[in-house]
Amino acid sequence: MSEEISLMKGNEAIAYAAIRYGTDGYFGYPITPQSEIIETFMEAAPWKTTGMVVLQAESEVAATNMVYGGAACGKAVMTSSSSPGISLKQEGISYLAGAELPCLLVNVQRGGPGLGTIQPSQADYFQTVKGGGHGDYRLITLAPNSVQEMADFVSLGFELAFKYRNPSMILTDGVIGQMMEKVKLPEYKRRRTEQEIREQCPWATLGKTPDREPNIITSLELDPEIMEKNNERFQAKYREIEKNEVRFESIQCEDAEYMLVAFGSAARICLKAVELARAEGIKVGLLRPITLWPFPGEAISKCADRMKGMLTVELNAGQMVEDVRLAVNGKAKVEHYGRLGGIVPTPDGVLQALKEKVIK
Amino acid sequence: MDINTIVSPENLVYAKPELMNNNHMHYCPGCSHGVVHKLLAEVIKELGLQEKTIGIAPVGCAVFAYKYIDVDWQEAAHGRAPALATAAKRLNPDKMVFTYQGDGDLAAIGTAETIHAANRGENIAIIFINNGIYGMTGGQMAPTTLDHMKTSTSPEGRDVHTMGNPLKITDLLAILDGVCYATRQGVHTAAAVKRAKRAIKLAFENSMANKGTSIVEIVSTCNSGWKMTPAGANDWMVENMFPVYPLGDLKNI
Repeated sequence: MSEEISLMKGNEAIAYAAIRYGTDGYFGYPITPQSEIIETFMEAAPWKTTGMVVLQAESEVAATNMVYGGAACGKAVMTSSSSPGISLKQEGISYLAGAELPCLLVNVQRGGPGLGTIQPSQADYFQTVKGGGHGDYRLITLAPNSVQEMADFVSLGFELAFKYRNPSMILTDGVIGQMMEKVKLPEYKRRRTEQEIREQCPWATLGKTPDREPNIITSLELDPEIMEKNNERFQAKYREIEKNEVRFESIQCEDAEYMLVAFGSAARICLKAVELARAEGIKVGLLRPITLWPFPGEAISKCADRMKGMLTVELNAGQMVEDVRLAVNGKAKVEHYGRLGGIVPTPDGVLQALKEKVIK
Repeated sequence: MDINTIVSPENLVYAKPELMNNNHMHYCPGCSHGVVHKLLAEVIKELGLQEKTIGIAPVGCAVFAYKYIDVDWQEAAHGRAPALATAAKRLNPDKMVFTYQGDGDLAAIGTAETIHAANRGENIAIIFINNGIYGMTGGQMAPTTLDHMKTSTSPEGRDVHTMGNPLKITDLLAILDGVCYATRQGVHTAAAVKRAKRAIKLAFENSMANKGTSIVEIVSTCNSGWKMTPAGANDWMVENMFPVYPLGDLKNI
């Protein structure tokens, strides 16, 4: 069988991969730079083939709450947006986390704050991995660095979400969403039947059967003794995810004296910066967190023992650098280089920053 | 005739609905919610829909509706019940999906979700309790609060010039093409309860028949929030609420 290779945008890859995964529903609202996701769904019309529901909601608020309503039925449902829209979704995201509902969220980030710009950014790192909505919760956060990973992380995001009954987010940006690359889409998977969902998700609200009590999906509990227990259960789950699901890529770190730490589009730029540095005889490696939460802090800490210094490169004013510094805990110098407001750093800029801030 | 003869099964004329469980209700004595809950439980049973029903509970006094009726429930964020119901029904077209919402939930914070779900003609039933007040949080002004009505956030009475007018949201919904049934009912007399039950039944049948959105507004009392006796609240409702929110069908197609 010949390999089916396509050329498409990252945003389009997400939509096609979702249809092939057997996603039950997508609920979205247009916003640049991710409108191709909903446009691709509408063009592909999966309701005619897989039976997938696709709906343009009246707002990001409604779209996220539609995801809640679908996820509460045990369905594989998703939404996508970009930074200002993701802020609107935070209410629903907190409820999804509180009700322990699996779902897939996609943030194709743009520069902020406020209406900001439509150009790429990674300034929603804090919002995604530190909370965003109210309450002590965590989002499983995947950071693709290619169109291929945009496609691959749809199924990974759903699998982790259902494994832990927790929302997953693909945190990407306008670079990865808009750029075109070759991609191999996943094989078609059949959508689960209602019976399969009832077996796999015994908590799903699909109608009470005589063999069980009513299923109630809620984040509410007024008794603080019980609510503390609920929170402790969430925390235990988060520790389990931190133990099992850390993902990262280590590139030329074995002999490196200096290490770049970057995710998503910034990691792609850093790949070239590593090449430029090595051409000059500077031994540089790159550690790319793939999961931003759970964060590969342990791997970074181990590297710190043998590095002269580290530079995080982000499309923001310095967010992930705080987690890198926590992991390194003073064992090595950690500096940050970023461009703001929609400007994408260049490989030369990264190398220069490494020299000026870390090597000196 | 001794008591055991009187309570024998053949003399039974009234019983707690089968789908209502034994959890203690948190509603105040005299509140309309209890009556409407009973009607929901009766109608779901009579239509044989227990295994097909997904209820969406609101934020407000009915936040714990899910504790009392033995069907599957989802608890929504404030005002978002129609969005949850939209997805639940679209993904499960063979189910009966209803929301149960108060006036603050449906007509203030959830106005957008309500209007757009209805405008899309989602095949859901919306049970709307209008008591003109935020009951759960202690009696603040709602969009439906009457002109000059005193609440904890309109202590001198609602001034429609600065605080807005009583929002007749069901009238607004009735003009939408997606709505197949819009009605306003009460549960203040035995006859009214019977009519309200028929309305709820039709709304649930419409959801199963995928006819569009049904809205059943129940003009209700909040005797605690209104600071009245239950009987006094009923009288006040008839005298003051019904002229603004007249009972009857607004649309039935």
